[in-house]
Amino acid sequence: MRARSDLQSYTFDGFGTERFPNLLLRGAGDPGNWTRRAYEEKHEGYQALRKALRMEPAAVTGEMKASELRGRGGAGFLTGLKWSFMPKDTEQKTHVRHLVCNGDEGEPGTFKDRAILEYNPHQLVEGMIIAGWAMQCRMGFVYLRGEFLWLKEKLEAALQEAREAGYLGKDILGTGWDYDILVYRGAGAYICGEETALLNSLEGRRGEPRSKPPFPAQAGAFGRPTTVNNVETLATVPAILRMGGAEYAKIGAPGNTGTRLFGVSGQVKRPGLYELPLGTPLDFLINDLAGGSSTGRPIKAVIPGGASAPMLDAKDFDCPLDFDTLKARGSMAGSGGVIVMDEDVCIVKAVLRLARFFAHESCGQCTPCREGCHWMMQILQRIEDGQGRPEDLDLLASLPPRISLRTLCALGDAACGPVDSALRKFRHEFEHHIAHKTCYAGGPRPANR
Amino acid sequence: MNHPPSPDTEVPTQESRPAAAPSPAPGRRLSESARRQLSPEALAEIQDLAARYPDKLAATLPALYVAQKDFGFVSLSAMQEVAKALGVPEGHVFGVATFYTMFSKKPVGKYHIQVCTNLSCALNGAARILEKVAEKTGVQPGEGPSEDGLWSVEEVECLASCGSGPCLQVNHDVYDEYVDEARLESILEACRRGDYRPWGA
Repeated sequence: MRARSDLQSYTFDGFGTERFPNLLLRGAGDPGNWTRRAYEEKHEGYQALRKALRMEPAAVTGEMKASELRGRGGAGFLTGLKWSFMPKDTEQKTHVRHLVCNGDEGEPGTFKDRAILEYNPHQLVEGMIIAGWAMQCRMGFVYLRGEFLWLKEKLEAALQEAREAGYLGKDILGTGWDYDILVYRGAGAYICGEETALLNSLEGRRGEPRSKPPFPAQAGAFGRPTTVNNVETLATVPAILRMGGAEYAKIGAPGNTGTRLFGVSGQVKRPGLYELPLGTPLDFLINDLAGGSSTGRPIKAVIPGGASAPMLDAKDFDCPLDFDTLKARGSMAGSGGVIVMDEDVCIVKAVLRLARFFAHESCGQCTPCREGCHWMMQILQRIEDGQGRPEDLDLLASLPPRISLRTLCALGDAACGPVDSALRKFRHEFEHHIAHKTCYAGGPRPANR
Repeated sequence: MNHPPSPDTEVPTQESRPAAAPSPAPGRRLSESARRQLSPEALAEIQDLAARYPDKLAATLPALYVAQKDFGFVSLSAMQEVAKALGVPEGHVFGVATFYTMFSKKPVGKYHIQVCTNLSCALNGAARILEKVAEKTGVQPGEGPSEDGLWSVEEVECLASCGSGPCLQVNHDVYDEYVDEARLESILEACRRGDYRPWGA
């Protein structure tokens, strides 16, 4: 394993106090923090597991429901509810069930799961064992993106430590329950972050999303009932069991409980990961914690939840970062990746860069997404190249309604998010580009070729 | 079907983009390697993998990684050998290998440099880093390997290092410590000295 120098921010004044509980980034920044010894000695490691194993599996799911935890992968679905969709016959054990951890972190602007795997792999392992107990799973799979090779090595070392301590394998801590976790490495497809595409990839197929139903809880990995949870969601599970679901639900905002990792990138002074309770205002994050604009120019636009979240402009910078408010303001909390752009960034170029990403990553299964993403990219490229025509804007605006909700998965919708919101909020920049064949804004810009 | 009426507009043309070179006939698109058969060690590793998964098909991706390491890239023979070793249809392996970008379908240099140019990195100067990589190695993005076999360069999507971009990856190691020109030069220098694991090692 290569020693890495890590210059990102993980902490700030007040972090670890009651106002900003430190549940996920415990010991982040310390390269030696990943071992079982550090986790058990410093971070109350595996105590939640011992507690959970003394409870009935259904009671563990009950704690998760009481915590009102919402999935951190993007959709924000209630985790406890998702767990309860699994077949109930835990007594007869007629079903072999699987748990899958989604570690295919590929959303541009998102880099949170990486930090958990880097500094707290045991917290994820503990969460996966508790989740496996709650749903009485036979196997747990961690699907890691292909680029995370060094993290795969680290996670496998952590799993080996857990096996040696009797937390994994046969008859875990004398309960008579057998369970093990296998790490699977993806191969560079963004679409595999979609849960059914991930399941296909896990089965050794092309990562193409499946048609639903059947939902994964009925027939998922290898045809077995399966629950797919994000890395951050599963890493939160030990904290919930430790403090109790009802206590956890007091953190954050009503209906949007707990803390999550916000990754701030782009033009800010202190980019990095910040663990904050849901409902923390966006301007507190980007100005007070991340230090505001790194260029000295005012901030023009913010993408609040990874590349697929619609953009926010200055009038929405006071928005509390939680699932419901962001949705009401026309964006989404997504994966918590906050991308900050200053006044000089050309929105056309920025949107084109994202459109190119989605056109490249569309799996090609559904026509609206396969063709539509390329249309959007080509129109934007034409505008960017100074060959745009006035009618191009209406054509561009007509595409998102014809793509979103017409495909098997949400990639098409994701591709529409930035395009649609930029057209609504920064239309003048597109018009300027078409009329003057040059950018509305000056200064350094994201470049496209 | 209730599709909305199509507005009276035309399909965007490709005029602003250079025309792509015509694609060769199916079956001739995949590069071929000099060696046609898996080494005995790689074959044993694939058979060992197949036993660890719930079914043989699930071992396709890990087996392709083994084959990529063995052949240097995923050639037509590599795919056929994987299909044979796992006892799955060749067509399935072709489909999987060509779907995923991390299976390189053509030869790469000893040091395969992948630069992220997605939005967060782009905002902090990734385009300039990509230009510099191309200039210093003499290999254009998407091309390679260079004549000495040392370099190939690729532009990639997000490497999940958005907070410390611009970032790049050499073979399978991610370098994300705010890569600037000086840092890039030291990474390339270390490659030339052979300090980093070469491709496939």
